[in-house]
Parts: sequence; structure tokens; C-alpha cells
Amino acid sequence: MATPITVNARSWNVTAAPDTPLLYVLANELQLQGPRFGCGLAQCGSCSVLVDGVERRSCVTPVSAVAGKSVTTLEGLPAWYALTHRLARTPDMHPVQQAMLDEQAPQCGYCYNGMIVKAAELLSKNPRPDETQIRTAMNGHLCRCGTYPSIIRAVRRASELMTSEVRR
Amino acid sequence: MTHRQTGHEAGVGRRDFLKSGGALVIGFGLREVLSAQTTTAARGAVAGPPDARQIDTWLAIHADNTATVYVGFAELGQGASTALLQIAADELDLEMTQITSVRLDTNVTPNQGGTYSSASIARGGPQVRTAAAEARLALLDMAAKRFNVASNTLAVSKGVVSTIDGVRRVTYGELIGERRFDRTFTGSAQAKNAAEYTVVGAPVPRRDLSDKLKGTYTYMQHVRVPGMLHGRIVRPRGQRAYGVGARVMSVDETSIREIRGVRILRRGDFIGVVAENEWDAVRAARQVKVTWEATSALPGSDNVHERMRATKTPEEIVVDRGDVAGAFGKAAHVASHVSRAPYQAHAPFGPNCAIADVKPGSALVMCSTQDVYATRRTLGTLLELPQDQVRVQYYEGSGTYGHSCYDDAAQAAAFLSQDAGRPVRVQFMRWDEHGWDNFGPAHVGEARVAADTDGKIVAYEYHGWQHNWSGTEASAQLAGERAVEWGGGGGNAQGVQGVNRLTCGGMYQIANLRLVNHKLPVTEYLKAGWLRSPLDLSFAFASEQAIDQLAHDLKIDPYEFRRRNIADDRWLGVLDAAAKRANWTPSAPARRSPAEGASVVPGRGIGLGTHLQSWGGAVADVEVNRQTGQVAIKRLFGALDAGLVVNPAIVESQICGQLVQTASRMLLEEVKFDTSGVTTVDWASYPILRFEECPDVTPVVVQRLNERSMGAGEEVMAAAAAAIANAFFDATGVRMDTFPFTRARVLAALRHA
Repeated sequence: MATPITVNARSWNVTAAPDTPLLYVLANELQLQGPRFGCGLAQCGSCSVLVDGVERRSCVTPVSAVAGKSVTTLEGLPAWYALTHRLARTPDMHPVQQAMLDEQAPQCGYCYNGMIVKAAELLSKNPRPDETQIRTAMNGHLCRCGTYPSIIRAVRRASELMTSEVRR
Repeated sequence: MTHRQTGHEAGVGRRDFLKSGGALVIGFGLREVLSAQTTTAARGAVAGPPDARQIDTWLAIHADNTATVYVGFAELGQGASTALLQIAADELDLEMTQITSVRLDTNVTPNQGGTYSSASIARGGPQVRTAAAEARLALLDMAAKRFNVASNTLAVSKGVVSTIDGVRRVTYGELIGERRFDRTFTGSAQAKNAAEYTVVGAPVPRRDLSDKLKGTYTYMQHVRVPGMLHGRIVRPRGQRAYGVGARVMSVDETSIREIRGVRILRRGDFIGVVAENEWDAVRAARQVKVTWEATSALPGSDNVHERMRATKTPEEIVVDRGDVAGAFGKAAHVASHVSRAPYQAHAPFGPNCAIADVKPGSALVMCSTQDVYATRRTLGTLLELPQDQVRVQYYEGSGTYGHSCYDDAAQAAAFLSQDAGRPVRVQFMRWDEHGWDNFGPAHVGEARVAADTDGKIVAYEYHGWQHNWSGTEASAQLAGERAVEWGGGGGNAQGVQGVNRLTCGGMYQIANLRLVNHKLPVTEYLKAGWLRSPLDLSFAFASEQAIDQLAHDLKIDPYEFRRRNIADDRWLGVLDAAAKRANWTPSAPARRSPAEGASVVPGRGIGLGTHLQSWGGAVADVEVNRQTGQVAIKRLFGALDAGLVVNPAIVESQICGQLVQTASRMLLEEVKFDTSGVTTVDWASYPILRFEECPDVTPVVVQRLNERSMGAGEEVMAAAAAAIANAFFDATGVRMDTFPFTRARVLAALRHA
């Protein structure tokens, strides 16, 4: 029995057992590299994706739970951003990714899938978060290298990038 | 080669896959394949290490006037791969855009030793620089011959060699592109001096970050190979005592019979499951019913320090200078501090992963090791294969901060592949990594310091109780290998755990000084390994609190007290740099009474420390809530002198990471265990610092252009640990003798004060 899912605006019929966590489907069947294994317990945010624009932990979300919903992974964030902001062209990177590159924020970078997805969700709901709001929103995502201060700076920078784009 | 991606599951075509941005293809990039085809002996065809005296070992020049540098250091997420290319680019007169490197591979890259002890730049830099200078000399010789001029009349820019009048020009690519140098080091190649550097010293952007942010960077966890099985290990949740291990009493194979296609593989007490489908392997490992023999060889985390301190050990004198006992006897002021530090975990954010393809006469293993050659050596022994039939390829995982479970995962994959007769990918689960880590070992430290009435330190003594690192990975041990001490089982290996002569008083000018190791047995404690800045946080926590107490007793500002006792410019440099950036205001500390005043009290502290080289200084601002026991670290300033800093932006980032990780280790991190085994097996039971608790951090790079480059990946942590402890005292008037500073521990300390 196949499960119909939509990932990054593309439809798939997935043959995995319905209780298979979405993460394993994304990593093995769809061969995506954004969502990645961190804990399998929804404790760290390594596997985060957007489901209908809301951040979800794909390691504990059965694939059957996203049937008929729209899943966006790190790979699909630039297109999702273009769509939700009615841009004519899909940019190379979501503003959050661009800001993190500008800040040279990552060290090992493994947790940045979740960091980018969560920050993109935050800015879609609150385009001008202050530092406290950023810390609160991001608090469920761990960074073992300790790059939190750079991430906070990058989210603020992304917020500026996005609002200046809207003005333009 | 067996490791090139061909087919795909679930009907995902290669074209679709590439379009989706994935990059799971294994093996060498196009560049590597091309150069292999056009050189006499194809690179990668034979087992390394290649001859370190040959230019070809280090460098290949391509027809398009670009270069590939073969580096023996792993990118561990710290940016060293970019910095090493900066050194090569400078020496070769190439732009950063003209130069690249390849993944570590025992058939390809030179053996520069492991990527630990902050050695990438300190040891690797000069090696890469020498190789690049030799290559430049060879290229200039070729151009000189072609133009019939003396080579010292030629100039190079962006890989274009030109005569002094600029009339004749030739590129490196035209001189040798795609061909071998076939030239041994002359020993006469003159490396540039610091004044000539243009790329070194510049904050060049890191090479790996764009792919890491886009999701196109291939971490070990992303790698898949054709025909592979997914494997998981089956162990008790949480390791037992090292040397005691975990003995299997029975395995109930029927407990997973409804998961079709899963095989249970076993070597002694090493158990794994393999399956075509990853989720089936995960479920089977979780569900399979294994009865383990009950053990109670551990002291438990609440009693471990007591056992350590009570154990009779030989006294191993690290330093004994002057007349320590006499100086203490005559001194006007004596301060001491006894401290206890916990086991702490590496806890890489992504648990380790490895793929092995073991065939009857050979093995290919892909993993995230700090040392591909060391991993190859152990795998060869365990698999009973000759070294030159084992090939280890490095794929970056998440940050490892030392000896996490990467070798364990590689060995598990190798065992399962050998037994399954197929390539096997082993992904450790969170509880495997947290529970079976080579933990940074616990420590008991006793520091005693004396000063005369002028505030001059006259005597210093430090006793440290700790055990060494373990030398046998859990997979090997469970499969029947003996649990030995790091260094081969003979004990007494060089360069392993022991009192640090720099961090323990080494920054001060002290005539009478004694450092003593109390070396504990390695078994019947937890399995241990080097954890970023090994034991230095523990040493500084004891030592720098005793120093700070002495300043307090003498009513001298702790910054001023340290200044008075330092003769070394480099130590003074980082102390001053941290104090200046933090806007330190000298004032004699007034001990606050814990009973009076507001519930939240602020404090500021200063500290010094390092690992085996470089110089670190730090200032911390904390707030302590005396009602709840909550400690908040508000600000950390960290100054690092690592000699010539190749890339100041990367080193700033490293300092920031060290400060945040130190805050985490001082406030939260503690491996807990009962008499049977480890009980902290995930992020809930072993919490680390989060966004809301993260201090503001300020890095200060003390750049020394004319000094030798030294380590920058771990040398500020000890100083920061000391500064945090001293800030706590400044806030409360109470000295913590144990970390991490949990609420319960803080409340107990305040109550007993």
C-alpha cells in the first residue's frame, strides 16, 4: 500500500510501511540530505521539516501522518520562500541560509538543517523578532559546537534581508 | 571499484535525484578521476601512506592552472581545511579559487598524524608549507629552463610565471598540468617569511559552509553504497564498567520474528542486526530481547570521587622544583582548593555512522575518524587483514570534540559486513553514542598555593587523581578483545592523561612547585577518551580557584594579583587582552554575605589556562539566584594567543564555540551512572546548553605575526572554566568544589557556607 506524500512541491507514492518515520523515507527513498538523523526522539531538531509551513520533527512523525500535506525540506526552502513571498524567481538560498553564510555561522554544520528550517518558520510568522523571541523560538534546537550567538545574529540579519526585499 | 553509486531505490531516477540537490554519489570527484587517468600510477590504486618526501604526494597541478593539495588532516568542522589551503595558496602564489583538496583516504592522502591536540595548523601547517615551497621551486626551475634565465629572476602571480620584463609568461598548468613532478624534496626550497604573506592572516571565508547550508554537503550519515544493508548494534542502554563489559546470557530470536528479513549477527557479546530496510533495523535493534548478565562493578557517579581519592596509587612526580615543603612552612598566606569534576560526554550532535565493505581478502571502510591510518591499523588487526588490504576513507560527521564513538562505529560496521558478506552501514542511535562514549574522565584535584605578604606566590602544589584513556573500543571488547589502557596496554604511554604543567600553575613565576599524578587503574571505571581540552577544565577549576582565593585573602584584585606573578609576555598578553575587552575594573573584592541582599547576585571572575600549547585568558560575568540555585552565565570574554593566526575569523569562531561549550560543561554536563552502568543516554538525561541559556561571547585573537602557529581549537576552555568558577565566588562568597553547577549543588553549597 503506497502513501501519497508531497515533498518540495513534488508528489510521491511511498511504499514504506505507514508507521515508518518520515525521516527514513526522506533520507532513503527520496535521498534528501537536509533532514538528518540526530536523536530519533524529537529532542534535538536535526531532522526538522516544515509540514504545511509548521516545523515538525520528521524522526517521530509517521509517514502516514503527512499524507495529503505539503512537506518542505531544507532543499525546498528557497522555492517555498519564493512562493510564499511571490517572488518571480526562486533564489539560490533562503534569506536565512544567505545570512548564515554571510555570518560564517556554522562550525560542523550538522545541526543547521534544523536551525534553518526553524528560523525560516519563525520569520514566516514574525518577520521582525527581537533577540528574546529568537532565543525562545529556537530553544528546542541544539548546537553542540556552540554557535548559538552566530545563529542569533544570522536570524536578525535574515530578518533585515527579508524586510528590505519587501520594501524593494 | 565497489563504492560508486549506480542504482536507486523506490524508483528515484538518477536525473531526478541530481535535480533534487542530493549528492550521495560515493567516491572521488571528477578532478580526481581525471588526474588519476593521466598520471603514471593511478592515485588511489595502492595502499598509502605515500612517500612524504615526494612533491606528488602533496600536490597535483592541473592543465587549467589549478592545484589539488593532498592534506592529511580531517576537517572536523573547525575550518582547518580552509586554513591549510590558505598556507598552500600563499606559498604557491595561487588564489584561493585556484586551489582545492580531496577527502582523506589511506590510499591517497599523506600520513600527517591524527587530527587531534589542535595539530592541524601547528604541525600540519609547516608540512604543507614545505611541500608547497618545494613545488614552487620545481615549477620555477621548469620555467627558468624554458626561458633560459635564472630561476631567481622570475616572478609568480596567480600561478603565472613571468620573466622580469613581463614579456615571457607561462602558467603552472602549461608547465606540468596533469603530469607528475617525480621530484623528491630538495631541502633547499625557501619558504616565504611572514611579511610576504597575503592569504595567511586574512579572514578568508570557509570553503565548506555554502554546501553545508544548502544541504549539498555529504556527511558520513548521508553516504549509501549499492547492495548495502542497514545495521544497528544491540547493547544494554548505557555502558557497563570498562573491562567488565556486558555479557550476553541469552538472545530470544523469536522476539523479532514479525520483522521480516532481519538477521541477528553475533560475535561473542557483540550483537548487531542487519536489514535491507533501515526502519526494520531500527525496530529490530530496539525490540530484540537480549538478557545481559547483571554487573555492579562501578562505584556510581555519586561515589566515584570518593573511590578515586581513596585508591592507593603510585605518586608520579610531573614537576618538583625548589623546596616546596619549606616554602609552604614559611609562607604568610596559604590557600587551597579541593575539587571534583565529572565524566563528560563528547555527544556529537549526529551519532557516529560508518559503512564497511569487507571481502575475503580486503576491506573498504568509510567513517568519521580523526586519524584514517590509526583506524586502518586497528581494523586490519581486528579483521585479520594485512594493512595494505584495508582502505579507510574519511567522511565528515558532526563535530566530534575528541574521541567519540567513531572507531566503535567503524568496527561495528566492519564486523557486521564481514559476517553478513555484504556492505553494511551502521548508524549509532542516540543512546548508543551517549551511553557508550569514550567519556572525558572524572577528576579529583587538590591545589595548594602560598604567597608572601607582598602578594608574590612562593609555593604551589597540585595533586591530580584520574585514570587514563581506554584503548579498546566497545565493539572489539564485546567481540572478545582484551580491555587495555590507551597506549597499548603497557600503561605509561606518553602524552596521555596527567596533570597539565601549563594549566596547573605554569603561567606564574613560582620558585617552589610540585605537580603529582595519582594514576588510577583504567578498568572498573567508565570507558574514557580525549574530550576537547582533556581534563584542563578540571585542572583550572581547582588551580585557578586556589590562586583566586589567595588574591582574595591578600585583598588584592585578582587580575592585579595574577599580573604581579606572571613574567611571560604571552600569558600577560592574553590576561590583559581579556581584562581590557571586558573593561575590568580593579577593586579589592569584598566578600558578600550569602544571607543578605537580593536573591539574584552578579559576579565577575577572571582565569587563565590552556591545553598543551598556546595561551588562554578569560573573564566571566554570572548571575546567581540564591533562592533557586540557578546560575546564569551572562557574558564570556575569551582571549587566545595561538601565535600566527592563519585565519582570524575562523579562530574567533573557534573561541566563541569553546566559550559556549565551556558554559555548557560547567553548568549542565554530567554523565550519571549507577553501580551497573551509565544512565544518561539522551539529551533529556544529559542536557547541554540551549539558546535561552547562552551567554554573550566576545572572542579576542591576540595575533602574533612573527610567532609559530599553534593550536586554536581548545585552548581557551580551561581559562573560561576558571573564570566562571571565580565569578560564582565573586557573586556569592562561596567556592564551588564540584561542577557542573546544578541547582541542587548550588543550593547545598550556599546552605553549607
